[in-house]
Amino acid sequence: MPPGITFGDFYNILPELVLTAGSLVVLIADVLLPRRSGGWLAWITLIVIGATLASLVPFRETRVEVANGLIAVDQFALFFKVVFLGAAALTVLMSVRYLEIEGASPGEYYFLILCATLGMMIMAGGIDLITIFIGLETMAVSFYILAGFIKPNQRSNEAAVKYFLLGAFSLGILLYGMSLMYGLSGTTNLRVMAMTFAGQESDPRLILAVMLVAAGVGFKIAAVPFHMWAPDVYEGAPTPITAFLSVGSTAASFAMLLRIFLEGLPSMKPEWRVLFEGLAIVTMTVGNLAALTQSNLKRMLAYSSIAHAGYVLIGVVAGTPRGVAAMLIYVLVYAFMQLGAFIVIVLMRRQDIVGDELKDFSGLHVRHPFAAFAMLMFMLSLGGIPPTAGFMGKFWLFGAAIDAGYVWLAVIGVLNSAISLYYYIRIVVFMYVKKETAGSEPTMSPALGIALAVAVIATIALGVYPRLLFELAEASARTLGAAAITTAIR
Amino acid sequence: MPTLNQYLVLSATLFAIGTAGVFIRRNLITILLSIEIMLNAVNLTFVAFGRALGAVDGQILVFFVITVAAAEAAVGLAIVIGLFRHSESLNPDSFASLKW
Amino acid sequence: MLRLIPVLPFLGFLVNASFGRRISRRAAGAVASAVMLASLVVALVAAGNLVGLPNPGRALVEPAFSWISSGDFSVNATLRLDPLSAVMILVVTGIGSLIHIYSTAYMDKETDSEYARYFSYLNLFAAFMLVLVLGSNFLVMFVGWEGVGLCSYLLVGFWYQKESASDAGKKAFIVNRIGDFGFLLGVLLAYVRFSTLDFQDLARSASALSPETSFGTLSLITLLLFVGAAGKSAQIPLHVWLPDAMEGPTPVSALIHAATMVTAGVYLIGRNAVLFSHAPITLTIVAAIGVATALLAATIGLVQNDIKRVLAYSTVSQLGYMFLAMGVGAYAAGIFHLYTHAFFKALLFLGSGAVIHALGGEQDLRRMGGLRRELPIAYSTFLVGAMAIAGVPGLAGFFSKDEVLFQTYAGGHTLLWIVGLVTSLLTAIYMFRLVFLAFHGARGEEPGAAHHPSHLHDAPPAMALALIVLALGSIVAGYAGLPRALGGSNRFERFLEPSFIVSQETRRAAGLQGDLEEAETATASLEVGLMAVSTLVAAGGIGLAFFFFLRNPRAADDMVNRFAGLHRVLANKYYVDEIYDVTVVQPIRIVSEDGLWRGIDVRAIDGTVNMVGETVVGSSEILRRLQAGSVRVSAASLFLGVVLILGYYLWR
Repeated sequence: MPPGITFGDFYNILPELVLTAGSLVVLIADVLLPRRSGGWLAWITLIVIGATLASLVPFRETRVEVANGLIAVDQFALFFKVVFLGAAALTVLMSVRYLEIEGASPGEYYFLILCATLGMMIMAGGIDLITIFIGLETMAVSFYILAGFIKPNQRSNEAAVKYFLLGAFSLGILLYGMSLMYGLSGTTNLRVMAMTFAGQESDPRLILAVMLVAAGVGFKIAAVPFHMWAPDVYEGAPTPITAFLSVGSTAASFAMLLRIFLEGLPSMKPEWRVLFEGLAIVTMTVGNLAALTQSNLKRMLAYSSIAHAGYVLIGVVAGTPRGVAAMLIYVLVYAFMQLGAFIVIVLMRRQDIVGDELKDFSGLHVRHPFAAFAMLMFMLSLGGIPPTAGFMGKFWLFGAAIDAGYVWLAVIGVLNSAISLYYYIRIVVFMYVKKETAGSEPTMSPALGIALAVAVIATIALGVYPRLLFELAEASARTLGAAAITTAIR
Repeated sequence: MPTLNQYLVLSATLFAIGTAGVFIRRNLITILLSIEIMLNAVNLTFVAFGRALGAVDGQILVFFVITVAAAEAAVGLAIVIGLFRHSESLNPDSFASLKW
Repeated sequence: MLRLIPVLPFLGFLVNASFGRRISRRAAGAVASAVMLASLVVALVAAGNLVGLPNPGRALVEPAFSWISSGDFSVNATLRLDPLSAVMILVVTGIGSLIHIYSTAYMDKETDSEYARYFSYLNLFAAFMLVLVLGSNFLVMFVGWEGVGLCSYLLVGFWYQKESASDAGKKAFIVNRIGDFGFLLGVLLAYVRFSTLDFQDLARSASALSPETSFGTLSLITLLLFVGAAGKSAQIPLHVWLPDAMEGPTPVSALIHAATMVTAGVYLIGRNAVLFSHAPITLTIVAAIGVATALLAATIGLVQNDIKRVLAYSTVSQLGYMFLAMGVGAYAAGIFHLYTHAFFKALLFLGSGAVIHALGGEQDLRRMGGLRRELPIAYSTFLVGAMAIAGVPGLAGFFSKDEVLFQTYAGGHTLLWIVGLVTSLLTAIYMFRLVFLAFHGARGEEPGAAHHPSHLHDAPPAMALALIVLALGSIVAGYAGLPRALGGSNRFERFLEPSFIVSQETRRAAGLQGDLEEAETATASLEVGLMAVSTLVAAGGIGLAFFFFLRNPRAADDMVNRFAGLHRVLANKYYVDEIYDVTVVQPIRIVSEDGLWRGIDVRAIDGTVNMVGETVVGSSEILRRLQAGSVRVSAASLFLGVVLILGYYLWR
């Protein structure tokens, strides 16, 4: 054992180890199982995800730093890990039928999904620049490949190239910022960094570093003006990957953002608060306005996800435990409604019809009442109408902003919600009011049915009974702030 | 013996060259190389700081950056080749079917 | 028990939404109507229980579950029945039941699955409307608020074959976005200011303050809430969507766009009477907008030729009355008018539905006429409704409208009272124009008129039942609020008073005029006098309509053609009537037809709404075009972002 690393450290990263081992199992199973057994592979993947979730159970109360402060195991990370694994499970469920229709062999598809999940988990736990960077790249490289997974499809390829080039470019910017942070503090550990930076907030080199890191993170969460990759990639990538990208990757990036800025740069709060305030306003507004005139549903959801990133940024601006809790709630709630909407789009996918144009949804309630109802719930939730989960999420975010004295930010958020309802309800009107178009009978499979049911139930249940979620989120959020404080004392 | 600042200026220059390359160059492979230059500028910064501080963290990070850059390059080239099969072009402006 | 009231229609929705295709249409209609009737029974029992409670502050409160709680802040999903919401649930379930029954016959031409779908939406609407009025805090109310809006879209667009249906949806979208924005901001500010969203707590906190003499937070909160109310209740300038919403099936217009949803704005103000009472500036605005809407919509109603559009403008106009009442602080009178209006306007819509149904979809007044012999039930009930809305003494509309006008006058708002009275005259004219054109005289000779079936069928039993019950309601409903001046005891307002009780006290404390009791005891004779004036106005209006549209049906048309040649008009043998026409009818016609209807309504307001829409869409389009799809542009945007941010920090 290298000095400073004990067996206990390995025990504490048990979930990550389980997931790594599981992903290797999936990779080997792909080779051993006969061709055309994508379904089996998917179930193995789900078992791996389930095992990982189970291995999280012993760490409900744990709050430790692992391996000299490379990774933190706390409730904040735990909350995110559950979100990632849940999103991954739903993604796998919706992928089986999609891959069949696309005629793509699953190959390393499921392995890559697990890898991306692993990367996200490391990002959420990382309290060291090295760990965060490794987690980020594990996730990003997996997504580069996944975005271009449908090789015969040029759009998929184009999405992959765009995502890769811009991702690598933004990585350069992020790393340059990190290198300056390292040079100015002499450490890569965020919690140590927080102490060294206290008192030298006005150093212009430090401001440069913070802004570069913010830009790199802003790219990952698709904040305007770093968002331009998102609509293209979301539209071109395979639909389940788009869903996973918009939920998992964004959530992980928010976890990273909170770790870096709340744990690593708390003394710089006045500086980055202004920045994120501006970003939040621009991101919400541009995302919603651009979504208004989209006729392609995937692209519309891409812009809408940009807008939602803007809402979540409000929580960062608030910067209070309540703001962080609201972010956690929103990330979880958003996962269900966004994934749910994509599940419905996957349902619409047929051999000949892509099924992601608005007109494909005309009269859906006749062809498939359950899918239409589910989509209705997701749209209402995304639009923030009670009693759906999306309303609760927004309620807490705006409430946190008001608590922190940012009433105007909440007002702009409400205005944006009002605008966004226009395009969400337009889909509802297409489904329930317009005359049905010929063809495009939705294809249901057991896996899709389970995924859709889970998403709908969660979207409604979290809106009607949000208490448990809120208590969990608040407890988790507190570990983030408290951790910084305990470090400061030590 | 160059000072820390000289290293930093050099790496900043490299970074700027790389960034400019991303905008100016019209060949996907060259853009990829420009990004590599940016990453190398980062590496130089880390190493320079690490040496100045007398700590190894920076150098450890550089190893990871180099590894990741290699992985990225491998994946990136594969994706670019995949696209090339479709469009027979390496000009980044020639593929824009995803827009608006 | 309270939760049963919205849950029952919701169950009906679930049944029809999930099994609607598999059960017969008869079963679908029966289920939908039965749940509404059951809900009505529960509502009646609940209201009975409420009356049994001791008077001051009586209310039934039923916490469903704890919805949100964190630290000191909590929101419960609580239903609360007080006199105000009792009136509302009785209106919604009572009139709603009748409209469901009516619909079983009206929608009989639809296919089975469409039939079930229609009823599932209708049930869902009722459920949300009941949640809206029973919610004890803004969040629960908001659930209903958005829910009814959604159902309204679904039902207006129900006949999607019509091209205009989707356009109507668009305008309603934009207007309701503006309204919702106001509503949400108001709620948000109320929360910021008072740290609670519960109506009772808000009222308590607000009553501790003194009324705002200048435009302060409370004025802003109430004004924003009023924006929301104006959007839902179609007040100027947000009224443009309601006439277009008439594209939906007629029973939907009766339920949603006359009796229930559009009154949600009035209810919102009534529910927050205490807040509004402390913001006199907002109240003035409410009254001004209300009376302006009443007048403008009435003049427009004069010249419309589509039977449902006349009724739509009439609804806007009557809603204006309700806001006028709210604005002068006569909350009980406003709710009283809301309640009687629900009867006679639902009746009028359903009656027009019976006509449209009989004529196979014909809605143009010029192609109707002489229908009274063929459709006796529709005619007689419609006549009752028209008399009620016109303010014929003894019918429901007379008492409530008179109460509103009386309170306005007694509150010292003479100008508002005069405008209200003029509107009342116009109301009588356009309503009886409708009656005479549709039911009297000869069948229209418009060129190209569709040939109606030689034998018209009167309302089928289900429709007739609803019409007759509503007609009876339109006659007797007003006696619940018989004013003291006529030997009654104004029981309705006494009953409602606890809902506004804090406001009454503070108004007295603040020395505001228009206090209910004071006015009642001191000015009983004044009230009788005003009633006489109203009666004369109503009679005059009916007389004018009789002359122009029945006795000499072409006189009105001639005026339009001959306005330029005043001599020839004077030479006309109907000399006296010409003067009436030239001095009263014609200016109004000109103003309303060419000025208000074309100018203000279509160009200005529609234009503004469209402009808002186009600006947003245009900026959206620009943002889209910026996304040119080039990697290098995207990278440039990213880099530019970094530069801008750095620039800000370096040069600030």
